[in-house]
Amino acid sequence: MGTQTWPMTDTIARPTVPLGSRSPGSVRDRLARIAHAATTPLVPDDYLDLFNPLRRGAALRGRIVEVVPETRDAATLVIRPGADWAGHVPGQYVRVGIDVDGVRQWRAYSLTHGPRRDGHISITVKAVADGTVSPYLVHRTRPGTLVHLEQATGDFVLADDPGKLLFVTAGSGVTPVIGMLRNLFPSTDEGVLVPERSRDLDIVVLHVAPSEPDSIFRRDLQALDAAGAVRLVARYDDVHGVLDVADLASLVPDLAERTTYACGPGGLLDALEQHHDEAGLPLSTEQFRAAVVVAGEGGTVTFGRTGTVVEAGGSTPVLEAGEGAGVLMPSGCRMGVCYGCVVPLKEGAVRDLRSGDLTTAVPGETDPAGVLVQTCINAAAGPCTFDL
Amino acid sequence: MTTIQKKTDNPIAHLSAEDIEQLGRELDAIRADVIASRGADDAAYIRTLIKTQRSLELGSRIVLLASVFPPAWLVGTAGLSVAKILENMEIGHNVLHGQWDWMRDPKIHSTTWEWDMATPAKDWQHSHNELHHTYTNVLGKDNDLGYGIMRVDEGQPWHPMFLGQPLWNFINACFFEYGIAAYDLELGATIKKKKLKDPEFQRRLKGVLTKIRKQATKDYVVHPALSIPTGSFLPTLVANFTANIVRNLWSNSIIMCGHFPEGVETFEKRSIEGETRGEWYLRQMLGSANISGSKAMHIASGNLSHQIEHHLFPDLPSNRYAEVAPKVKALFDKYGLTYHAAPFPKQLYSAWHKVVRLSLPNGWLAETKVTNAPSQLVKLYKMTTGGPKVRRAIVAMDKRAAGERRAA
Repeated sequence: MGTQTWPMTDTIARPTVPLGSRSPGSVRDRLARIAHAATTPLVPDDYLDLFNPLRRGAALRGRIVEVVPETRDAATLVIRPGADWAGHVPGQYVRVGIDVDGVRQWRAYSLTHGPRRDGHISITVKAVADGTVSPYLVHRTRPGTLVHLEQATGDFVLADDPGKLLFVTAGSGVTPVIGMLRNLFPSTDEGVLVPERSRDLDIVVLHVAPSEPDSIFRRDLQALDAAGAVRLVARYDDVHGVLDVADLASLVPDLAERTTYACGPGGLLDALEQHHDEAGLPLSTEQFRAAVVVAGEGGTVTFGRTGTVVEAGGSTPVLEAGEGAGVLMPSGCRMGVCYGCVVPLKEGAVRDLRSGDLTTAVPGETDPAGVLVQTCINAAAGPCTFDL
Repeated sequence: MTTIQKKTDNPIAHLSAEDIEQLGRELDAIRADVIASRGADDAAYIRTLIKTQRSLELGSRIVLLASVFPPAWLVGTAGLSVAKILENMEIGHNVLHGQWDWMRDPKIHSTTWEWDMATPAKDWQHSHNELHHTYTNVLGKDNDLGYGIMRVDEGQPWHPMFLGQPLWNFINACFFEYGIAAYDLELGATIKKKKLKDPEFQRRLKGVLTKIRKQATKDYVVHPALSIPTGSFLPTLVANFTANIVRNLWSNSIIMCGHFPEGVETFEKRSIEGETRGEWYLRQMLGSANISGSKAMHIASGNLSHQIEHHLFPDLPSNRYAEVAPKVKALFDKYGLTYHAAPFPKQLYSAWHKVVRLSLPNGWLAETKVTNAPSQLVKLYKMTTGGPKVRRAIVAMDKRAAGERRAA
C-alpha cells in the first residue's frame, strides 16, 4: 500500500528571535531595541509575563487545565502549552519543570495523547513512594497551575512503515505506548475507532503490572483489545508471577516477525536486550530513570571543563579540593555567607558541612545546566561532577 | 565610636570562650529551623512581591506618560519611588544575597539577577556580600563605615576637612547609587594608589559606565521621549530623577541606621584573626542595630529593619527575619548583651548625630553649651585654621585639663 505517514502536527519550531537578527534597522528591530532600553536591566518579557505567560515568544510554559485520576496513585494531567509549542510525535516525552514546596524540579514524562485537536498535551504520572515530584503532581496539583516545559523530544517513535509490532510495557512504561496507540486508534464515545490509516496494523501489547487494579490505562488497553485494534496480553505479577523473558516466545508465537518496542524498568529492558540480541531481533527501548545518586562520604570530584579529577574526603570543602588540584575556583568569604564561590554541580551529591544537608544533581531530572552549590561549605558525598 | 577592644567598659568581658561557642550553636539551631521549614509559602512571598513591584512600576510609568498634568505627576512619581525602593531593597538586595537561590529558579537567583541601580550586581556583591558581611564593623576593613569619605571613630585624628562631612554625607545620600558605584569600584583607593590604568580596574570601570549609561538612558531619555505625545518630556524626566533621589535617600537612611547609631560596636583589625564562628556571630550581633516598626516599615526597609537578624543570617529569606527576631532577642538577653532597636526617627537621628559629632574634634560637641559657645567656636576656629601643630597643642591642653579634673 505504499508508505504511510502517521499524522504529525507542524514540527517547525518557532524560537524567539534575538535582537538584531531580523533585518537590522527594520521597524520591528528598532521597536525591540526601544523596548529593551525602556525596561533595562529587565527585558520586556519580564513585564509581558505579568499578563500572558503562554504567549508566543515567551519562555515555554504550560497551564494545567485538568487533573484526571487514573488509578489510586496515578493521574493524567492535561496541559495547555504555550503558543510556541512545536508539537510532538507520539512516543516522545516532554521535560516538565514544576515548583514543589517552593523548589523548581524537572522531570520527564511521556506524552500520553497523540496530537489533539484542542492543542492540549497530556502526561500521566505514577506517584513513586518516596518521590518528590510525582506524589505532588498526582495528589496535590490544581488546575490553573503554571508549569515550565521544554519542546518534545525522544526517539521512541514508530517508523513510517512499521510492519508487525510488539509493545512490551511494564508499569508506567505504558505511557509512551498509550500515546502512540491513542494516535493510531482514537477513542470516541462509541468506543475505539480503527480508522482507514490504521487498518493494516498488526500490534500485540504485552503489558506487565503488579496487579490488575494498579495497572494504568487498563481500561484503555482492554477497549483497544475489544475493538480488535491490538491483541492485549496482560501479565499481572500477583496472578501470573513476575515476567520471565524466556516465556516471550510462548506468549507471542510470531515474535520473530515483529519489531519490539519496550518501555519499563531497567531490569526488564536489560533482559529484553540480551534476549533480542541473541535472537537477532529488532528492539527499541525507552528507560525512564537512568541514574540514581547514592550519597556517601567523600568521593571523586570531577571538574568537567578543565578535566581535573581529584579524590576528596568527606570533610574537605570542594573549594579546597579544587584549589589543591590547581583548579581556578571562584571564592569569597570562604564561610558560606557571600555566595561568591557558587559553581554548577552537574551530577552527584554534596553535603553541607554546617548542617549535613545533601544536595544532589541527577542528569535528566535536575536542571541541565546543573544545580548551583557553594563550594566553600560543601564536601563531596560520593562521586560528583562540576561544570568548571 | 571607640572599638570594643579599646573600651574601658567592654560589653563582652563577661563572656567566656565556651559561652561564645554555645551562643554560636544556639544561633545555628535557629538557622537550621528556618532552612528546614522553607517552602511553598516563602516562594509565594517573593514571587508575589516581584509581581506587585513590576505591576506598580509599569503602572506608574504609564501614568507618567501624561506627567504634564500635576495629579499624574504626583501619583506616577510616588508610585515609581515606591517601586524603585521595593526593587532595590526587599527584592534586589535580598535576591543578590542568595536568599532565594534555594528555589532553583534561574530568574530569581543571585548569579543572574541585575538590579535597577547604577552599580552592576556583581561588583556590589563583591563589596557587600564578601567584604562588608565578612569584615562587618572592623575598622580599616569594613569600608561601609563611612564609605571612605567620613571620619567614623574617635581614634581617627581630626582634620578640618571633616567639618564638611555632614554635607558630603547628604550629597552622597542624594546620589547614593553613584556613590555606591564608585565605592564598589574602589575608586578612591585606586586613585590614591595611582592604579587607574590597571587593566582589571579599566574592565570594571567599563562595566560600571555601561550600566550607568543604560540606566540614565532609560530614565532620562527613553521614558521622557515616550511622553512627548502629551507634552510631558520634561515633567517625566523630573519625575524619574525625583524617584531615583527618593530611592537613594531612603536606602541611604536605612543603611545608615544599620551600623551607625550611637552604641553600635566597632572592632580592631587584629581582633578578628582566627575568629571562630561563634565570635563572628557575636561581632554581627554587636555591630548591627535594628529599626523597630510596623510591617510596612519592614517591607519598605527591605527587612534591613532587622539588621541584626540579617547580619546573623544573611542568606535566609528576608520574610523570616521577623519570625526569628524574638528568638534572637532572647539570646541577647540570655548572654547579657544589648539588643539595639529603636524607631526609625530615633535611629536616624542617632546616626546623623554621630556624623556631626565626629565631624568636629573629639569632645567638642559634648562640651559645647549655650554658655561657653563663643569660646568653643574660637577654639574650633583656631583648630581649623591653625595647622597641625596648633591642633596637637590644643588636644594636649585638653588632655591635661581632663587629667587635672579627674585628679581633683
